[in-house]
Amino acid sequence: MSVVAVLIGFSLLVATGFLVAFLWAVKSGQYDDKQTPAIRMLMDDKNSNVKENENHEEKS
Amino acid sequence: MQLETFKYDNTIVRKFTIATAVWGIVGMLVGVFIATQLFVPALNLGIPYTTFSRLRPLHTNAVIFAFVGNGIFMGFYYMIQRLCKARIFSDLLSNIHFWGWQLIIVSAAITLPLGYTTSKEYAELEWPIDIMITIIWVVFGINLIGTLMKRREKHMYVAIWFMIATFVTVAILHIVNSIELPVSFWKSYPVYAGVQDALVQWWYGHNAVAFFLTTPYLGLMYYYLPKAANRPVYSYRLSIIHFWSLIFIYIWAGPHHLLYSALPDWAQSLGTVFSIMLIAPSWGGMLNGLLTLRGAWDKVREDPVLKFMVVAITAYGMATFEGPMLALKNVNAVAHFTDWIIAHVHVGALGWNGFLTFGILYWLVPRLYNTKLYSKKLANFHFWIGFLGIVFYVVALYWAGLTQSLMWKQFTPEGTLQYPNFLETVLQILPMYMIRAVGGALYLTGALVMVYNLVKTAKQGTFIREEEAQAAPLIKETSEKKSHHWLESRPIQFMILSLVAVLIGGVVEMIPTFLIKTNIPTIAAVKPYTPLELQGRDVYIESGCNTCHSQLVRPFRSETERYGEYSKAGEYVYDHPFLWGSKRIGPDLLRVGKKYPNLWHYHHLIDPRRMSPGSIMPPFPWLEKVDIDVASTPVKISAMRSLGVPYPPGYENQATNDLWKQANEIALDLQKSGIPIESNKQMIALIAYLQRLGTDIKAKEQVVK
Repeated sequence: MSVVAVLIGFSLLVATGFLVAFLWAVKSGQYDDKQTPAIRMLMDDKNSNVKENENHEEKS
Repeated sequence: MQLETFKYDNTIVRKFTIATAVWGIVGMLVGVFIATQLFVPALNLGIPYTTFSRLRPLHTNAVIFAFVGNGIFMGFYYMIQRLCKARIFSDLLSNIHFWGWQLIIVSAAITLPLGYTTSKEYAELEWPIDIMITIIWVVFGINLIGTLMKRREKHMYVAIWFMIATFVTVAILHIVNSIELPVSFWKSYPVYAGVQDALVQWWYGHNAVAFFLTTPYLGLMYYYLPKAANRPVYSYRLSIIHFWSLIFIYIWAGPHHLLYSALPDWAQSLGTVFSIMLIAPSWGGMLNGLLTLRGAWDKVREDPVLKFMVVAITAYGMATFEGPMLALKNVNAVAHFTDWIIAHVHVGALGWNGFLTFGILYWLVPRLYNTKLYSKKLANFHFWIGFLGIVFYVVALYWAGLTQSLMWKQFTPEGTLQYPNFLETVLQILPMYMIRAVGGALYLTGALVMVYNLVKTAKQGTFIREEEAQAAPLIKETSEKKSHHWLESRPIQFMILSLVAVLIGGVVEMIPTFLIKTNIPTIAAVKPYTPLELQGRDVYIESGCNTCHSQLVRPFRSETERYGEYSKAGEYVYDHPFLWGSKRIGPDLLRVGKKYPNLWHYHHLIDPRRMSPGSIMPPFPWLEKVDIDVASTPVKISAMRSLGVPYPPGYENQATNDLWKQANEIALDLQKSGIPIESNKQMIALIAYLQRLGTDIKAKEQVVK
């Protein structure tokens, strides 16, 4: 069943990679702000007709 | 600070949008066609290319890699530019990515019906296409990382993380599972054999579901759902937590596809435990999605986009609850090999992936064309008919799966099987197969209506090729220098990182030798296939027999009574690839060898209904006309030997003679019964293989330590 070792190896590799990425994200301040990113992504396309209509609907 | 003006590229988004719609229709059409074949077997038209067993892989590949694949890239190219406040890294790479991916799909659509297949589920494509996939995947990765590097937004929104995880994991999965030895341009054997091959395959198969059908789509959900509802995601904190926990847990759950197989018990239990743990992060995603709509349910009533998304997220929640339940051994014992699994995956495919894609398409196309959706009414019609289609489809198959499984396991008071004839259990569920096909057809109808609606939408608007945007540049904290400093000033970390890099290289180099050594037999009676049987095995693979027939008898009394001795790991040591199958539309074949005379097999393959009236197996009449590829025998023998199958040195020179000898015997036997067949036909090879199956262990059981 040596392939189990291989698969565990690769899975660990992936997991370690993710762990490093996670630590980087935390360290570099990616998660310092957990409020604005969710709102900011809503505010990028302004020149679309459809969007204007929707906003209008909401205001009314 | 000075604002920078730049442009988003919409043309690549449009390309992938069209591809998503087109391949979606193709994939669903093939699905409805083969679903119909299950109760009208003659619909294979008597030719190989349109037979269920060859089209089923085409259907799964088309839906997963063509429909959902293009859907991922469509959603990705639109959102990554906007989330990074940057144009895509390279337009050239975008186009290589697009055309390369379509070329892969077209090659799949040609080679799979021709019978060029590795037989490994969702990894059926042969090695030249595997290489192409690797290259195009890297192109996608460069575009992803390149865009991240030039982003003007410091924070990487959670959707981006899902895409990064997708890219990294799929790359590794694809490479590890596709290590194979080519014997010709369209034929290869995997380096792994038997149980090991099965393990690698389902490690891949499970994670393909996880990282191709789930994580990228969660990423899309986190972008398009808030956009469509015009409100922020319920909890950004939850999205971060559930992302990281999801990807950490997902990679360990693969063994739940091999419960009650020859896999060691601890590995099976590990798979089950991690599968149960997966409920939490999966439902974290579902709840976050649904709660985003809190206070906006009035919008859901009005807006078809949101309707589609709500059903998609609910289907995701259902499928990710059902999955862990199916990973419990006692539930799996009932559900595995039945239509229950097909129902389960279609809750995911039709509900989660399909409906989310439709929602995104209805949201995206009007924006790309700067107009409104052509008809809300038609979109609502699509929603309801699609929803109805899902209900018809899955309810019928849950019913069918449970019914059939219970019939397989039913004993009489005297202790014999109540339904010893497998066919009886198939005929019982035929009405369900019909309802399933109706469900699929309804779903397809909805998708066609959508395409019409989207084309009309595009026609009434004008396409925005480039979209202008403004953002402040990102202040770089001379990060390059910093990261290097970080390494340089920490020798221990640097050493560990180098060690990891070296280890990866070492592992990759060692795998082949490492594995071949463990392919030594554990059961002395198990011998390599004869040259004719080996060719017959390849005919079995080419014909896709493994699509409907398993070769794995589980250690239940209901199975050993029906099929014979349960499977031992040592029986499969020469199986490159393993052919356990995952679904029993027909009975298990592991112990079919010597059960019937050659003549029975001949008639049964020409037209199954001659031997079993009412059978739904397609006829394979061409097998008595197509020649065996005898010339390839020496190459195949030496390839097998280099993979560890103990053919004596120089046997390849003698193999062709042995092949003819065995073929003539079988042909003679058939000719005696009045069948005018020549010995060089595929039929002969296939019969030779079938007659060999599982017989090694029947004679005597001798376990060698």
